[in-house]
Formats: sequence, C-alpha cells, structure tokens
Amino acid sequence: MTQAKLSLRDVRVRRGRSELVNVPQLDVLEGEVLAIIGPNGAGKSVLLETLALLQEPSGGQVLFEGQPVAGRQLALRRRMAVVFQDPLPLRRSVADNVALGLRLRGAPRRIQRERAAHWMRRFGIDHLAKRSAITLSGGEAQRTNLARALALEPEVLLLDEPFSALDEPTRVELLDDLSAALRETAVTTVFVTHDRGEALRLGDRVAVLMGGLIRQVGTTTAVFAAPADEEVATFVGVETIVAGRVRSLKDGLALVDVAGQMVEVATDGDPGSDVLVCLRPEDVVLSPARDHPGPSSARNHLPAVVCRILPAGPHVRAELDAGFGMVALITKQSLEELSLTGGSRVVASFKATAVHLIPYRGRA
Amino acid sequence: MDLIWDGIKEAFRIIGSGDYSVWEIAVRSILVSGSATMISLFLGILVGSAIAFNQFPGRNLAFSLVNTGMGLPPVVVGLIVAIMLWRSGPLGEFRLIYTPSAMVVAQTVIAAPIVTGFTAAALRNLHPKLRSQLYGLGASRLQMLWLVLWEAKLPLLAAVMAGFGGAISEIGASQMVGGNLAGDTRVMTTAIVLEVSRGEFAPAIALSIILLVLIFIVNLILTTVQQQERQS
Repeated sequence: MTQAKLSLRDVRVRRGRSELVNVPQLDVLEGEVLAIIGPNGAGKSVLLETLALLQEPSGGQVLFEGQPVAGRQLALRRRMAVVFQDPLPLRRSVADNVALGLRLRGAPRRIQRERAAHWMRRFGIDHLAKRSAITLSGGEAQRTNLARALALEPEVLLLDEPFSALDEPTRVELLDDLSAALRETAVTTVFVTHDRGEALRLGDRVAVLMGGLIRQVGTTTAVFAAPADEEVATFVGVETIVAGRVRSLKDGLALVDVAGQMVEVATDGDPGSDVLVCLRPEDVVLSPARDHPGPSSARNHLPAVVCRILPAGPHVRAELDAGFGMVALITKQSLEELSLTGGSRVVASFKATAVHLIPYRGRA
Repeated sequence: MDLIWDGIKEAFRIIGSGDYSVWEIAVRSILVSGSATMISLFLGILVGSAIAFNQFPGRNLAFSLVNTGMGLPPVVVGLIVAIMLWRSGPLGEFRLIYTPSAMVVAQTVIAAPIVTGFTAAALRNLHPKLRSQLYGLGASRLQMLWLVLWEAKLPLLAAVMAGFGGAISEIGASQMVGGNLAGDTRVMTTAIVLEVSRGEFAPAIALSIILLVLIFIVNLILTTVQQQERQS
C-alpha cells in the first residue's frame, strides 16, 4: 500500500462560532493527485490551508509522513509549495519571483538561476524573465506563480483553484502545461477546485467536500460513476436523479420502476428497496420516435417528449419527459439532424451500466 | 513693503554668513526630528504590522486610537511629556526635561502615530492572501515581514515623509519640553517664534526659508524614489 504523505486526523477548524471544516480522516498518498471538489463555501480553501500548515486546526492533528507536524511547521512548509487562485506576484522581476522560494530557503545563487530558468521555460515565460511581475497579464502571472512553486521541487504541491480567475483559452492552455508538469515530476499534489472537469482531468482520486464535511473519497472514476448520495451526484454532474423502487433482480440486472417506466440497471439491489436512479446526461442517446432503435447493447429505450432545449457550452442540453424528468447532452449536429424542438417525440436510450443507484432514505 | 523686501535680502545674507546661529539651529532640528522619525518608523512598523496582521478583540479600537493619535495637538503632547519628564514627575529622575532628548521623546509621540497609521493602512491594503502565499513559499516570520514591508515600501516612504514633516514643523511640544535654550534646545520653529516676538524678522525669514527648503528636499528625494519605483 502506498504511504500517506500528508494526513488529517479528527481535524476541526472553527472561526468564531462556526465550524468550517470537520474531517475525521483524510490521507494524501505519496505521488497521487488528490482533487478536493465542492461548491463555493464548502471549506475547500480552509482544508487546503490546513494541509499546507498555514492554518492551525482548532482540534485534531496534521501528520506529515505519519508524524505530527507540531513544532516543525517551518521546516515542513519548506518541503511543500502552495499556489493560490490569485497569482500574487511581488514587485520584482519575473525571474526573481520564480526564484523567491529558493532564496527564502537559502539555496545557492547558481541553483536559483538554473531552476528558475528551467521552470520559466517549461511554462513559456522565459522571454518575460526581466519584466516586472506586477505588469503581467493574469495568465502570465499565474504561469509565474506555478513556475515559482514547481521551481522548489516540492515534495507536496498544494493548489487552491489556480485556474478559476483565468479566461477559458488561457485556462485550457495552462491546464495542459500543469498536467504535463505533474506527470513528469510525479509530485504529490492536492488540487482544490469547484470545476469537476479539472478534477476529472488531473485527479487520481477525488474528495468531495460539502458544508465542511468530506462526503465521499475515492478514485475519480468511482466518485463520478457512483456518487455516494444525491448531493454528491448533483455536484459531480449527474442531472437525472429520480426516485424508484427495485422490482426484481436477475443475473446482476435489476428492474427498477421509475414513475411507471421499467428501467434496467446493472447492479445488485434488494428487490422492494427504494432507490435514487442516477443518470449522467452524456450517457443518454436520442433517436427519432418513428424508427424503433435497432438492436444495440443499450438495455433501456424509453419514449420521451422534448420539453426544452438549452445551449450547454459547445453542446446542447435536452430536457425530456419520459414519465419522469430526464436530461440528455447531445451535439448541435445531432440537434439539427434530428430536427428537435420543444414537443418532439424521441426515444431515449441508455445502457444498464450507465445507471447508478443510491439507496433512498427519503428526501430531506 | 520695505519691511518684507529688506527682510528677505537680510535673510539671504544671514543664510550666507551663518549669523544668528541659523545653521547650527537647522542641523539640530534635523538631528532631533530625524531621530524622532527613525524611532517612530521602528515603533510604527512594530505596532502597525501587529494591528494590521492580527485579529484580536479591540482591533477596531486600536485603529481608532492610532487614527486619533495622528491628529494629536502638539501642545497637548508637550504638556503630557513635560509632566512626565518634570524633575518631580514620574520620569524626572532621568533629568531629561529641557534637553534635546526630551524633544526627541515629544516629537516621537507626535510622529509615531502618523507612521503607525500609514503603516497599518499600507499593510492592510496588501492582498489578504499575500502573507499566506509567502509562508506557503517557505518564508519564516521575519522573512515574511521583510517581504511585505518591501512590497509596501512606497506607502512606507509616504509614512516617513508625513512623520518627519509632522516632527520638524511642530512647535508647541518642543517649546515646552525643550525650553528653547540657545545653543542647546533651540530648533528652527522655536527660534522663528522667538525672533518674531523680538521684532527680528530677518533671521525668522532666514530660518523659515531653510525650513521650507529642507522639507522640499526631503519630499523631492522621496518622490523621486517613488517615481523610479513605479516606472520599474
């Protein structure tokens, strides 16, 4: 088993009377990228600052390689590096900014120069080396910030929403560069984001934080495919979440009654139990109502009516009524070819494996 | 008109010749107010960073007190410092009353809140996460303080200007705790008042010119530094 590089045990952080974070246990494993996702105000930044030893927990312990950090915070902080959402450049040249952390550690000048030069090249800012860092654009400044952190060759890299202040093209470019740098250095990384796309792209594992509590931790694929509860499901992009009851179970295939429609789900559920049926919009395929879809591996084909069509970035979201509300994500090309409008009749198909069931305990 | 014109001509003659000890008085003014400014800068950074960076009950009260201190009437400061340093006062045993040291103390009481207020405001205006970022890059407490002060050096220069300006141009406190003793505690402002009360306008004008030029030079230097800093 991989060793935990950083761990939290019974950590609570309070500010005034409110408890911002309450984490009984969280381990950041050696060499992994752990994405901490959650909505705004969930306590993600507080959690990151606690891991970065910038915030003293009100209770509990932070462990570095299994040992309590108390009394050696500065030494340990010097084995880590933190990047915040705002690049916060100092009033000095880009090169001096990138070398700053090394200078604080008293690294020899030659090392400072070499490492700064290397990471400025890696992030494509070497031509800006002599520029004053406070005159940079947002993207250039964040590149400087990332280079400044990676030039430390840290054992742990902590990133707090590093891309959320950037425009879309810059964000995409920088995400590529960071992704390459993380792969190459294999540095243990904690990456805080509210963007599930970024988490999917960079994270080996994901921790979902809501209201200061960790609701689910697991591999990125597991959390996105099988969210633990309704709120997590919503947050990780499951748009169809409807109540149903398992009618029968045979050979790992459950027949679930959802508002009178029978849906086949690849799972082991107890017959008679109430469940929430979760379906991601990108897993739903639409075809015209008149041709019955030919044989396919999709087990479910439900007749549906298009209620609304909304743009969703480069694609289109179609809200359907299939006896229950359902959302499908399709391309603009498909929209035109199927000439869908509000009121169009379609067949919505999805595989039994695309459906995830959450035990239903009644809605709050 | 002759009074003014002759006064100005005579003033320039005095400045050239150094009569009425104008240069000795000017140098003493610079030393006393310069010392008070340096001490104020030290105290101002200490107290200013403490109230800017720490959350504690009464923090707003501390800010209000500092801001009130920025407008302390020098006469009141003079009175309080005089009582404290009076031979029979609480600090009388140090025998400081009517010495340049007493004037440094009084001017520090005037300048320190000014420098503190400017420093606290400058540090509060820095990005709230800057300190975390510096710690996150491995800064020790001292390194962090040094780096943020360096970041805030332009407003800190303004603090020095304002503090020195407040110290060198005040009169009430210096008069009360220094006593305007010739060759010992006479500074430009107290000398100007004395000469005017005697009807000797020329030396008063001479000292005023020196005082104005001095304040102008200090501001010119600091402004130039700020300009260069902005352009870089």
